[in-house]
Amino acid sequence: MRLEKLIAKHKKQILNQWFEVLTGTYPSDTARFLKANPDSFTNPVGGTARRSMETLLEALIKNAPPEELTPLLDPLIRIRAVQTMFTPSQATAFILDLKSILHTNLANKINDPQDRLEMQAIEKRIDRLLLIAFDIFVRCREKIYHLKATEEQSKIYRAFARAGLVRENIDDQPETGTSK
Amino acid sequence: MSDLPKNDELFSKLDHRPSGGGDWMDTPIDIRPGMYCYTANPKSMETLSAPNARKWNPMEEDWLLPDNWQEIIHEGLKDRLERFRSLKIFMDICVRCGACSDKCHYFIGTGDPKNMPVLRAELLRSVYRNDFTTAGKIFGRVAGARPMTLEVLKEWWYYFFQCSECRRCSIFCPYGIDTAEITILGRELLNLLGLNIDWIATPVSNCYQTGNHLGIQPHAFKDMLEFFVEDIEDITGVNVMPNFNKKGADILFITPSGDVFADPGTYTCMGYLMLFHFLKEKYGLDVTWSTYASEGGNFGFFTSHETMKRLNAKMYAEAKRLGVKWIIGGECGHMWRVIHQYMDTMNGPADHLEAPVNPITGTKFENAASTKMVHIAEFTADLIKHGKLDLDPSRNDNLRLTFHDSCNPSRGMGLLEEPRYVIRNVAKHFYDMPANTIRENTFCCGSGSGLNAGEDMELRMAGGLPRANAVKHMNQKYDVNMLACVCAIDRAALPDLMSYWDTGADVIGVHELVGNALILPGEKERETDLRGEDLPGREEEADE
Amino acid sequence: MNGKYLYPFLAVCLLALIAWVGSDVFGLRLLFGVILPYAAVVVFFVGFVKRMLDWARSPVPFRIPSTAGQAKTLDWLPQNKIDSPFTTAGVVARMFLEVVTFRSLFRNTKMKINPDGRIAYDLEVFLWLAALAFHYTFLVVLLRHARFFLDPLPLPFEILETIDTFVQIGQPTISLSSFVLLAAVLYLFIRRLYIANVRYISLASDYFPLFLIIGIVLSGILMRYFFKVDVATAKEITYGLTTFQLPALAKLKEVGAIFYIHMFFVSVLLAYFPWSKLMHLGGIFLSPTRNLANNNRAVRHVNPWNYPVKVHTYEEYEDDFREKMIEAGLPVDKKE
Repeated sequence: MRLEKLIAKHKKQILNQWFEVLTGTYPSDTARFLKANPDSFTNPVGGTARRSMETLLEALIKNAPPEELTPLLDPLIRIRAVQTMFTPSQATAFILDLKSILHTNLANKINDPQDRLEMQAIEKRIDRLLLIAFDIFVRCREKIYHLKATEEQSKIYRAFARAGLVRENIDDQPETGTSK
Repeated sequence: MSDLPKNDELFSKLDHRPSGGGDWMDTPIDIRPGMYCYTANPKSMETLSAPNARKWNPMEEDWLLPDNWQEIIHEGLKDRLERFRSLKIFMDICVRCGACSDKCHYFIGTGDPKNMPVLRAELLRSVYRNDFTTAGKIFGRVAGARPMTLEVLKEWWYYFFQCSECRRCSIFCPYGIDTAEITILGRELLNLLGLNIDWIATPVSNCYQTGNHLGIQPHAFKDMLEFFVEDIEDITGVNVMPNFNKKGADILFITPSGDVFADPGTYTCMGYLMLFHFLKEKYGLDVTWSTYASEGGNFGFFTSHETMKRLNAKMYAEAKRLGVKWIIGGECGHMWRVIHQYMDTMNGPADHLEAPVNPITGTKFENAASTKMVHIAEFTADLIKHGKLDLDPSRNDNLRLTFHDSCNPSRGMGLLEEPRYVIRNVAKHFYDMPANTIRENTFCCGSGSGLNAGEDMELRMAGGLPRANAVKHMNQKYDVNMLACVCAIDRAALPDLMSYWDTGADVIGVHELVGNALILPGEKERETDLRGEDLPGREEEADE
Repeated sequence: MNGKYLYPFLAVCLLALIAWVGSDVFGLRLLFGVILPYAAVVVFFVGFVKRMLDWARSPVPFRIPSTAGQAKTLDWLPQNKIDSPFTTAGVVARMFLEVVTFRSLFRNTKMKINPDGRIAYDLEVFLWLAALAFHYTFLVVLLRHARFFLDPLPLPFEILETIDTFVQIGQPTISLSSFVLLAAVLYLFIRRLYIANVRYISLASDYFPLFLIIGIVLSGILMRYFFKVDVATAKEITYGLTTFQLPALAKLKEVGAIFYIHMFFVSVLLAYFPWSKLMHLGGIFLSPTRNLANNNRAVRHVNPWNYPVKVHTYEEYEDDFREKMIEAGLPVDKKE
């Protein structure tokens, strides 16, 4: 419990470093923008990330159950899931980095075996958070594919074509560009 | 385990930052699925005799270009520099102050620095400097010049089709440099090589041949509207059958075909039908629809100025053939940019039409005296102001609304108050989104300018994030459950966006709200709204 | 280091060296003090006019103002007369505010309230402030130099100078404008260097004029406050140039190399101006998204190169679909 209090005490510093790691996954000019613009309407990625990370850290400290963690993590992973510059692992790896950030901040304060046990417990929670991220990420990707598959217009488009109401030349499928 | 990459390694792989204050010219192009649209179907290209029609794949190395493609681009650019002062000025005077850099919704959402408006323009400017300026010719790369290579061309294609021509950046630019203009002309150059996308080329081809983007043939167009008429009769007990291709009608009405074929635009379309029926019954106003000019939208605008003109010509031609007095245009974004800023210049003067006067209110639409085309929101706002409509706003009581300003009506036209005035008069609960996300600062739906395909869903969702984020805020703060708009692309694109970002809001056209509130002469007591859902206050009765 | 600012920096150093060696070592004072300044002024004016004419010659095919406010539509709706101007007066007001107050740039700088309730300005407000400070002090410095070219000095210039030098610390009097100008131009440089996304988009041609202007201001300050070049002599030379009375070589020798470095920098800036992005000075007046009225539907705009295009006519359309149209009960023009 001592460790949890310590984390709470260093929350601001830990959060800043964690946010730094997250923005560090973007090209530097993007990262600067994500950090510099405090308005969450014109900077929804930065704003969402800050909000998510702060509430997540608090939830981790009090060992919140997955059903509480999921809605906190969801908005951030939802964004990362459509930023195609990231592979799935790159999109979620920032969660693991919280471990090393905790270590750097608390290393000289962990001295007895009890602390080490506590640390291990917290690390385990972070691992679980990563698994939750994995679930969310896949759900978001599935949502994207679902939207692609049921793209409203094309559905009706095809319905018209089936009914013979449109000109023939649109029956040919366009080059999909996915052969590679 | 050991061959799994460590966390740090993952990041280092990802590190495509410009190293040591590096150079965007050195960042290689990375064409990723989800960020681009499928390429144009050659058959569609042939309808308009577009050059270099062929099947090609952007992921392949070879884009099957003509041998002299560099020459074609050079000559094309030269020709456009001579014809467009905008291009010449915008190529020359940018000081790279960076004011626009974070204003693009695609930059904000995707995080890709090449989506910064200034950089999108630099893609073209770098070649301009190389080919047309002395400094560029002498100092080359130091002066920001680079020769036109295949890599550069691919970059153009990839990023000019990641711009929705929304003009948000342009209002922050101290010199009014308009990225939309650069994208429009950039795409025009790409089209010289046959590098279009199918979501644009096929609608253009259809529109040319059959009068609308979908290629709906005349009888089917009529069928669809008759289908709506039946639905409206079920709900209201009133038959609102419109006129088709009627010579001698007072007014020709043209709306995007999206309103005729895709939900929830279809409900907006029902709203138009009801409004015109009401005006016919009460005031004898005679409005006709046309199957020939059955498309308000103009994907030609996303292809080239010439294609835009070829498609747009139908509006005046049909108005002339039918002998109407003037034209009303439905709710649409880019359609209205074309009508407001291009149509009269391209296909006018429309001397066969009269300067628009609303015969019911006597209002002269002086702002449309030359083009002779009035926006339906202007028309309806005028009717409401003069108390000419019988309205029951309580039928929209279940809706808690906010309004999405579409890019073109706000930054290419200045239509901001009319839709809000109409909404406030047909519904009770209306809340505006935060000021830096509406009106002239509005964020694009992320799917404009022909990018509302299915295959580029990631691009659309990322680009629409700022808009969705503001709607979600309204949902959390004011329980907003409905996003109103005056654009057919919005109505097609926003439902997906609202769904992915989980904003808790659905999408509605302003004239669907009008249709719900409008009391038709002789109507029965309605039990449902136009979507067939129980009217507010009716749910309890249904339960009992 | 990076070529984008290293090369321009070295170029400006080289220019200083050329002026120093040229005037002092080789004694080419006539070249640096008379010939090059004349040439630069000619290049500036000819170039400036040429560029403006070149822009003005290219047509404006469409009227494409970007609107940032409610258009004039129905009488009872409040029009935003500046951001969506309907009349020429509105356009003039919009352009005036744009040119004089950098209004669009200011749009950037809305104050923001942090989640924790603190009010925050992002760096953009400094861009607007520095841009204003830079342009206005540059103008003041320019006008202050009128005393080197006009005799007697007209009253407005006297007044300007009095205001500019109201802070007096010993001799010579301190011109505030020079120092504000230096600070502003340094900020614009540092901003380019340290704000990641601005560095990313910056080119050598963005750094070069900054270095050159820093060079001009520094050499001017050095000349006035440190080397204390004799103002009367300097004026005799410059006044001679304006009145086409060539200064005597002896006079030219009286002023030190710093004078020639300053003059050479200014000459280079003048000659460089018309071929660079600095032409935004002229271009801003011709920008079609800002200098046109949003009265598109009221007044027809003419495109000088409008040409007929092939369209799909109604007749062709009816030929394509006549049978189906008749069957569906749609009116047709030709019943076969």
